[in-house]
Amino acid sequence: MNFEIPKEISPGKVIEVTIGATAAQGGTRSRSVTIGGSTALPFHFFEGQNPHPPAIAMEVFDKVPAKYPDSLREYYADVLDDPAAMARRCVGEFGAELISVRLEGTHPEKGNRTAEEAVAVVKAVLAAVGVPLIITGHSHFEKNNEVMKKVCEATAGENCLINYVETNNYKTIAAACLAYHHTLVAQTPIDVNMAKQLNILLTDMNFPQDRLVLDPLTGALGYGLEYTYSIMERIRNDGLAGDRMLAFPMLITPGAECLKVKESRAAEKDYPSWGDEKNRGAYWEIATAVSLLVAGADLLIMDHPRAAAVVRKKIAEIFLSPKEESHGAVRT
Amino acid sequence: MALSGLDIFKLLPKTNCGDCGVPTCMAFAMKIAQKKAELSSCPHASEEAKAALGAASEPPVRQVKIGPGSGWEVGGETVLFRHEKTFFHPAGIGLEIRTSWSEEEIRECVRQVEGFQVDRVGEVLKVNLFFITHDSREKSAFLKAVSLIKENSSKGLIIDCPDEDALKEGLELLRSDRPAVFLRRSLTEGDIQTAKAFGSSLVITAASLQDLADQAEKAKKAGLSDLILNSPGDGLGAAVQNNAILRRSALKKGFKPFGFPLFTRIAGEDGTETLAASAALLCKYASIIILPRFDRALLYALFTLRQNIYTDPQKPIQVDPKIYGIGDPNPGSPVFVTTNFSLTYFIVSGEIENSGTSAHLVVCDTEGQSVLTAWAGGKFVPEKIAKFIKDIKLEEKVKTRKIVIPGFVAQISGELEEKLPGWEVIVGCQEAADIPSFVKSVKLV
Repeated sequence: MNFEIPKEISPGKVIEVTIGATAAQGGTRSRSVTIGGSTALPFHFFEGQNPHPPAIAMEVFDKVPAKYPDSLREYYADVLDDPAAMARRCVGEFGAELISVRLEGTHPEKGNRTAEEAVAVVKAVLAAVGVPLIITGHSHFEKNNEVMKKVCEATAGENCLINYVETNNYKTIAAACLAYHHTLVAQTPIDVNMAKQLNILLTDMNFPQDRLVLDPLTGALGYGLEYTYSIMERIRNDGLAGDRMLAFPMLITPGAECLKVKESRAAEKDYPSWGDEKNRGAYWEIATAVSLLVAGADLLIMDHPRAAAVVRKKIAEIFLSPKEESHGAVRT
Repeated sequence: MALSGLDIFKLLPKTNCGDCGVPTCMAFAMKIAQKKAELSSCPHASEEAKAALGAASEPPVRQVKIGPGSGWEVGGETVLFRHEKTFFHPAGIGLEIRTSWSEEEIRECVRQVEGFQVDRVGEVLKVNLFFITHDSREKSAFLKAVSLIKENSSKGLIIDCPDEDALKEGLELLRSDRPAVFLRRSLTEGDIQTAKAFGSSLVITAASLQDLADQAEKAKKAGLSDLILNSPGDGLGAAVQNNAILRRSALKKGFKPFGFPLFTRIAGEDGTETLAASAALLCKYASIIILPRFDRALLYALFTLRQNIYTDPQKPIQVDPKIYGIGDPNPGSPVFVTTNFSLTYFIVSGEIENSGTSAHLVVCDTEGQSVLTAWAGGKFVPEKIAKFIKDIKLEEKVKTRKIVIPGFVAQISGELEEKLPGWEVIVGCQEAADIPSFVKSVKLV
């Protein structure tokens, strides 16, 4: 029987979004990062392109997350309280293409640091590394808005990715992004229609579509991953089928989500069948990241250096080099 | 691929003779399409119609069973994306054993695999298969490995043995155990005869997709139907891409030679790379994944991913309704109540843990529904919660008489207090993420 590859050419295309601004683009970054642009599902090279392979950001913070696992301290112990030094390590040693500065410490219940303190942290990181920045906030609307406004202003022209707005709280931050030229994350809770609705609300504010990234909300492996996975496949399929309000690049946060779960830190002596906790933390983040990568993730914020390293390598294998057919085992 | 009523009508005599018991051929065709009638009721159906309908009624991806007894079944899938319906048969995860290893090493690997299981949301997760690579020169080493596994395990076996005599002797040992034979090179007449003689399934390897189609066609023509396809391609990129092409061809084009489960063997030393490759292939259609070495943490992550991906999107995973201890609770610790939707349970228990408070979490049976859905459906209502609390004898297990309910069902607090005399109901926060701040601001015991 004669075999022919069944191609499905998509009418739609994922919007290309650039994060970060070089001197020529009005900022100070040594390079910018472009994501999106796909005309086919991930790795479907036989019927379209994924012109920009997914990018990996790594995370630094103004306050060490609660229950930070020992398996990560070994990489960061001496720089955990110094976001600029930690960012330098993530970029220099671990190959991060972007840095996410998480401003959790400004949350009224988690340190209540001031907007000015947050600006100082962000500026220190900007000075320390040349890669584009993601500025990650929290769910306390009032405080988050105050902090993000100040940070947007202080980083005007850098085209940071401001992470995030949600349906009940988007106007203030979106306006600040517009005024100071930043890119924006629209986050919705694992729901196609809500994602669409928020994008419509932002578009109605004249927010440019090529400055929007969609966060479908990441569930860690074993903690709702399957919901995120399927919502992402639906969003990407719909976007490629021509739904402009779903044709945005997608951001996922396997690092932060896996940090929260017990499987990333519980000791083998307490849970013998779970295996060595030193590897388990990295494994948990890898399985979360890779599965969502094949579901359509364009930008990943990661924490574990080993997870980030192997995911980067797999991105190169999956997205850059469709190899000649041959037989045998899949060599890792 | 299922035929429509109109497709079937075209194959019928169109005489409206009524001999089938249905007045018109069109109506009969519609009944066949709805599986309410069978073509055999029509005495005038042509051979061509029988063949076409017979082919169309075959499942688009064959279900193949490996191993003794109930074995491990793979394949039988009907959709490309789990949200379209569900994936039915979880991928078989296997461990590779090499005959170049010492007997002690092989014994140790089998012992570890057999002794390993992990419980997650009421499911017992285990390794399902062994894969023997015969890479020593000694036939005796191969036969020893086969018998060792047979004696110590009831898992299915896939055998890669280039020595045909050894293979036959090995298969003789596995007569009623439904093994699978992995072929390193192109399918031969001899392979077909061996598979038939010993009732084994075949894992076909090819140099290209066309070659794979030709070999599968050849095996089918020879009367073999339990085939498994080893996706051509060396790297992970080629493997996921080819798997997508193979599965799409089978499901959307009805391309029969590719209507079989897909096989992947991972080679390499590094655990993070093995897991990353396995995870991508598990999501993208691998029905069998063979791993190079035993690693509990890796298997736990991969099992969990398999559970996630193969969960029926229509039927959420449930956890057992009971009292769960979070942290290190004592009888004086606070009590929270929620539903048995697994995600609700995981998130609530995780956030209680993050709060640093030890607590009792009472998980009511809501048939796997989340808080608001269960409340709206009458499954998370005062009467049922109160009954459950009495049934599990909560009063005997804790000293406190305060119970925290989810903020989204604040409206039931009054009625719940009436149904639970002596208890004070505290309305908690709406979002689990706010539990850490909630426990700081409210006196819970």
